Amino acid sequence: MSESTKPHHPNPQGKGEKTHGSDFSYVGIDAILEQMRRKAMKQGFELNIMVVGQSGLGKSTLMNTLFKSKVSRKSVQPNPEERIPKTIEIKSISHDIEEKGVRMKLTVIDTPGFGDQINNENCWQPIMKFINDQYEAYLQEEININRKKRIPDSRVHCCIYFIPPTGHCLRPLDVEFMRRLSKVVNIVPVIAKADTLTLEERDYFKQTIREELRANGIDVYPQKEFDEDADDRMINDKIREMIPFAVVGSDQEYQVNGKKILGRKTKWGTIEVENIAHCEFAYLRDLLIRTHMQNIKDITGSIHYETYRVRRLNESNGSWGDRRFRHAGLPRLGEMANSNSK
Amino acid sequence: NYPNNPQLSSTVSLTSARAVPLAGHVGFDSMPDQLVNKSVNHGFCFNILCVGETGLGKSTLMDTLFNTKFEGEPTQHNQPGVTLKSNTYELQESNVRLKLTVVNTVGFGDQINKEDSYKSIVEFIDAQFEAYLQEELKIKRTLHSYHDTRIHACLYFIAPTGHSLKSLDLVTMKKLDSKVNIIPIVAKSDAISKSELAKFKIKITSELVSNGVQIYQFPTDDESVAEINSTMNSHLPFAVVGSTEEVKIGNKMVKARQYPWGTVQVENENHCDFVKLREMLIRVNMEDLREQTHTRHYELYRRCKLEEMGFKDTDPDSKPFSLQETYEAKRNEFMGELQKKEEEMRQMFVQRVKEKEAELKEAEKELHEKFDRLKKLHQDEKKKLEDKKKSLDDELNMFKQKKTAAELLQNQAQQAGGSTTLKRDKERKK
Repeated sequence: MSESTKPHHPNPQGKGEKTHGSDFSYVGIDAILEQMRRKAMKQGFELNIMVVGQSGLGKSTLMNTLFKSKVSRKSVQPNPEERIPKTIEIKSISHDIEEKGVRMKLTVIDTPGFGDQINNENCWQPIMKFINDQYEAYLQEEININRKKRIPDSRVHCCIYFIPPTGHCLRPLDVEFMRRLSKVVNIVPVIAKADTLTLEERDYFKQTIREELRANGIDVYPQKEFDEDADDRMINDKIREMIPFAVVGSDQEYQVNGKKILGRKTKWGTIEVENIAHCEFAYLRDLLIRTHMQNIKDITGSIHYETYRVRRLNESNGSWGDRRFRHAGLPRLGEMANSNSK
Repeated sequence: NYPNNPQLSSTVSLTSARAVPLAGHVGFDSMPDQLVNKSVNHGFCFNILCVGETGLGKSTLMDTLFNTKFEGEPTQHNQPGVTLKSNTYELQESNVRLKLTVVNTVGFGDQINKEDSYKSIVEFIDAQFEAYLQEELKIKRTLHSYHDTRIHACLYFIAPTGHSLKSLDLVTMKKLDSKVNIIPIVAKSDAISKSELAKFKIKITSELVSNGVQIYQFPTDDESVAEINSTMNSHLPFAVVGSTEEVKIGNKMVKARQYPWGTVQVENENHCDFVKLREMLIRVNMEDLREQTHTRHYELYRRCKLEEMGFKDTDPDSKPFSLQETYEAKRNEFMGELQKKEEEMRQMFVQRVKEKEAELKEAEKELHEKFDRLKKLHQDEKKKLEDKKKSLDDELNMFKQKKTAAELLQNQAQQAGGSTTLKRDKERKK
C-alpha cells in the first residue's frame, strides 16, 4: 500500500534561515530538531552510573571529580571496626544537577565491600542481581496496562570497573567480574590511582589488559559489534586503543601557573587531573559525558535491556515462545491442536 | 541461585535526589545535542491523514505544504466506498531526513449512503496502532528500526459552504477525536469572503464544542511557544488555499491562484491561513503531535485492546507478569472449554451413531420379517399350486385312465360290432 518515491527534494536554500514566509522554498522540516531539543530540555535527562572496585581505589573521589560535586560519599568509615563492610552493599545515591539549562538526575551506585572479603567467590552476584532487578522493574512498568507516560529509568547505564594499578596483569577476580557483567551492562574499565605508574609501565599494563580482555572474550564499552557505521567505527577504534583509561581523581584545587586546577600535590610535583599529559581523566570524562552519554544509554536500552526481556519472556512462556502475541486474540483452534500434539 | 554464602546477603539502599551545585563545567549540557544528533542519524517519521470530500484540494495542499509534487491523478467521484491510499516519501532539508507518509481518504463523501464512511478511516487508524502494538509485544522486537505508521496528524477538510458543518463531518470527527490529533481546516477558502469566513469559523467552533468533539490543541505549557500556540489555537479552523503554481507579484514569484478579479497569494497571511497551518503543523509542533499520538492515543488503544483481551493489572504485591499469568490462565480455561466441547461433540456423535444403528437394525429386522413373510407366502402359494397341480394331475390321470378304459371298451365294441357296422354299412349299400 505504500510506495516510496524520491521526489525532487525541497530546495535546501532555507538551511539556516528561519525567516517565516519570506523564503518560499523552505518548508521548515528541520525545525523539528529545535522542537526535540526543547522537549529534551523540558524533560531533563537521567543517568545511572555504577562504580565497582575494591575499597581504597578512589571510586568516590573519581565520581566527585567527574561531576565536580559531592555526588558520592567516601565509604571510609571513622570507626576502624566498621571499615570493611562484612557484606557487599549496594548504595544508590541520586542528585539533581543542572548545567546551562540542562537538568540531569544523576544516580551513582556504589558497591562497597566488593572484592574486600577473604573469600570473594561469587561476589559479583549481588551486583548482577541489582542490575537485573532494575531491568525487571522497567519491564514490569512496561507491560502494565495502565502505564506511566515516562517510565522511570533506573537501569544501570554504565559500570566503571576499577583495576588496581599493579602494573602486571588482570587478577582472576577482575577477569571473572568483567566476563560476566559485560554481558548485561556496559563496562568501562579504568586503571585507578594511575599516578603510581610511569608512562612506560602504564602502556605495558594497558596492553596486557587489552590482550587479556581479548583472550577472555570480554567486550567492554564501546563494543565493536554495536558500531553503527564507518564513522562510528573510526571514532570508537581510537577509543578502543586507549582503554582502559589510566585515571587520577581529586577534589582538591591547587594553583599551577596561575590557574586553579584539580590535582594531587606531592613532594615531587603536582599531578593535574585534567592534564592529558599526566593522566587520562579527561578522555574518560569526554567519553562518558560529553560525547557518548546518549550512546551508552541507547545500548543499555536497546540491547542489554532487550536481551534481558527476551530471556525473561521466554522463561515464563515455556513452549510458547514468540507465538504468544502473534495474533490479536487467543490462538486459533488449529494452532492449539498442533501444539497439543507436540 | 546464589550459594549459601552469608557474606553475600547484600543490602540495597536508595536515596531520593537532592539538588547539588556544580563547581565547574562538567559537560553534560551537550546531552540535547547528543540526543538530536542521534535522531538526525536515525531520521524522522511523520504521518498525515487527510480526510475530506473528493475535490477539496487535499493533494494540492500537501504539495504546497511540502513544496513538492507528490503523486498522480485526481481521483474519480464514483468510488463505491471509502478507501485509504497511503504513500510514503523521503524528504530532506539541510541534514534532516524525513519519512513522510500521506494518507488520503479516497471517495469520502461520494456515496449516496454515507453511514459507513467513517468506518474505513477508523479501521485504518486502528490497524496502524495494532501493528505497533504487535511489534511492541513481540519477544524479539526491533522497535529501534520499526517504521512507525501511526497517524500523527489528521487534517480534516471542511467544505467552504459558509454555513455550518455537515452532519457527515460531525459524525466522522466525533469518531476520530479519541484516536488521532484532529486539525480542522476550511478548504478552498478563497470561495468565502472575509466576513463570511469569520462567521463560518465561529459557527464551526461552536458546533464542535457543543457536540463534544475534541480537536488538537497546540500545547501551551512550554513558555517558548506558549504564546504563539495559544494565539493560533484561537484561529482554528485554519482557512487554507493551496497552490503549486507560481505567479509574479511585484518582482517575486509567489505561489498563488490567479482570478480575473485578483490573485490569491497562498503565503500572504491576509489572504489565508496557510502560513499559520505550516507554522503549527511543521515548524512548531511536529514533535508534540508525534508525542501526543504515542503517549495519549496509542496508550488508549493499547489499554482498551489489552483489557478487551481480558488482561488486568494486578496490584504490586502479587507475582510478576500478570499479563503472562492471566494469559496462561485464560489459555487453560480456553483449553478446558475446548476439551469439554470436544467431549460433548464426541458423545453426541456416539449417541447419534447408536441411534442410527438401532434404526438400521430395526429396519433390517423388519426387512427380514417381511422377507420371511413373503417367503412363507410364496411357499404357501407354491404348495397350494402344487396341490392343485397334483389334484389336476390326478384328475388328468384319472381322465386318462378313463379315456384308455373307454377307448379299450370302444375298441372292443368296435371289433365286435365293427363288422356289424361294416355289415350294416354293407347292407345299407346293398
